[in-house]
Amino acid sequence: MNNIHDTFKKRKTQLNRIKNICRPINRKFKVEIPEGLYDRCPVCEKTNHVQELIDNLFVCSRCNNHLRLRSYDRVSIIADKNSFVERGRGFITTNPLEIDGYEDKVDALKENTGLEEAYIYGYAEILGEPCVLGVMDSYFLMGSMGSVVGEKVTESFEYAIQQKLPIILFTASGGARMQEGILSLMQMAKTSGEVARFSKKGGLYITFLTNPTTGGVSASFAMLGDIQLAEPNALIGFAGPRVIEQTINQKLPEGFQKSEFLLEKGFVDAIVDRKDQRDFLKRILVMHKRGASNER
Amino acid sequence: MSVKEKIDKIKNLESSLNAMLSSSEGTDVIFNVKKIELEINELRKDALSNLTAWDKVLLARDTNRPTTLEYIAMIFDDFIELHGDRYFGDDASIVGGIASIGGINVTVIGHQKGRTTEDNIKRNFGMPNPEGYRKAQRLMKQAEKFSRPIITFVDTPGAFPGVGAEERGQASAIASILMEMSMLKVPIYAIVTGEGGSGGALALSFANKVAMLENSTYSILSPEGFATILWKDSKRAAEAAEIMKLTADDLYELGVIEEIIKEPLGGAGEHKRVTANEIKKSIEKFLQDNKNMHGRYARQLRYGKFRKLGSFQRFNYREL
Ligand SMILES: [Zn+2]
Repeated sequence: MNNIHDTFKKRKTQLNRIKNICRPINRKFKVEIPEGLYDRCPVCEKTNHVQELIDNLFVCSRCNNHLRLRSYDRVSIIADKNSFVERGRGFITTNPLEIDGYEDKVDALKENTGLEEAYIYGYAEILGEPCVLGVMDSYFLMGSMGSVVGEKVTESFEYAIQQKLPIILFTASGGARMQEGILSLMQMAKTSGEVARFSKKGGLYITFLTNPTTGGVSASFAMLGDIQLAEPNALIGFAGPRVIEQTINQKLPEGFQKSEFLLEKGFVDAIVDRKDQRDFLKRILVMHKRGASNER
Repeated sequence: MSVKEKIDKIKNLESSLNAMLSSSEGTDVIFNVKKIELEINELRKDALSNLTAWDKVLLARDTNRPTTLEYIAMIFDDFIELHGDRYFGDDASIVGGIASIGGINVTVIGHQKGRTTEDNIKRNFGMPNPEGYRKAQRLMKQAEKFSRPIITFVDTPGAFPGVGAEERGQASAIASILMEMSMLKVPIYAIVTGEGGSGGALALSFANKVAMLENSTYSILSPEGFATILWKDSKRAAEAAEIMKLTADDLYELGVIEEIIKEPLGGAGEHKRVTANEIKKSIEKFLQDNKNMHGRYARQLRYGKFRKLGSFQRFNYREL
């Protein structure tokens, strides 16, 4: 019995490692996928072969569930090969409330994910169209926004202003980062204020809401795009479903706070499947180029 | 003994003192009166000088504290309440309108809690729905149009986590008011009078100056919520309150607020007029200080302040 457990655990580590290095588009080297390595879809419970998942951009082939992505995987799915130039590295997360174990947790995540924090951004091209691309990573403390994430999001807008480029943000976050207390809350004001400055200069801001986008992130920059896109079936809302259920003391209806619900309620412009996202974004970018007809 | 119990004890002593003074005329009571007066003073000092963060959380939530409408009535010379968001309805958990103070016209907006249970249901315990924030945003735009400074009173457990709130875009409403406030070309002064609960409080606090009453709190979530997430135990809320940095002193030190408004011994709930007067003086000073401030400058200063908030270290690769 113990033996089976160990084998399972080993498989899981192996799987995570491979998921980490697989970059479907920008794959720098070929990864050997061992026979019999599967990952289970959390929605329909189908066991998908990992190679099949990679080829399918981490979308379940049976139920079209869009599995959560690590931020570098997202970049490689969205940006043209070798076009992404990451900016804004060099941050060190601090522990302003001196919470036991917070720094260790962040350090361990840094080591495991190769990320500095829950958000990366940089210059990118999408089917030849230049832009600033920012991506949150829900594997890093639920993509929560502390001081570093807030600062980097703000900087990515400043960079976009400076370069006169449109900006596309893929959001995935449980909200403001509790461990950094009130300073995390202040990041909501900071980022929203920077979006306002970017917008006033006439810049195009596209948000791509992915699973999950809630709390202090949805109640700040995530909901302020000129164009609001979403992946299918993503959880998007202010309060978490469990908090609401406790408040109203009853179960929430199926599909509540999902992308399709937000589309119906008027808070999302379009839901776009992962395989169509590059093309869709390119079309939007092209239509916002200052052509002869709307030159000011 | 908790602060509440201490305050109750003071109240009891005070009433027995009054009873004694009104009922007897003989000189033999003088000794007793002096004794009770001394005891009251000692208790007062003890009850309110060594408050823990958790004591302050309880004080901030004390239902006896003045509500926004009560403060408005005590502070401003005139006030006309304006209702509705023009899209969906009127959210009674946020009140707002135009007011005058010492000859200066301002726009006042604040969270509104109830006094009675019935009133609290109407006010949703001070927890706004999206239309509350949309009303606030409308009144702020109006203030800007007529060059009125904005004064806000902050006292909320947080934005309401309900089905309707989600359907009507709670996240979007808060995001939108934050974006708008960052651009307003009038000075804004926010005063946290009770509970400053998370995004719901921040949505009225993106201000040029933020002050807190001495016994108010301002935090990312409730200590109960914090303890639940951190230790999976909401009963450790008091412990959470101590590390969360949610008191006026802590936030002043962090640079999140600029002023602490003193409360008289016994707290705002016991001395409503005195507290209101302290707030009034602070508002008058703010209006005086910012009287000739250019609109663009008000905007720049406000955002510049928030742009700097955060705690992190940074190294430069090129320097390595
Ligand atoms: Zn599936």
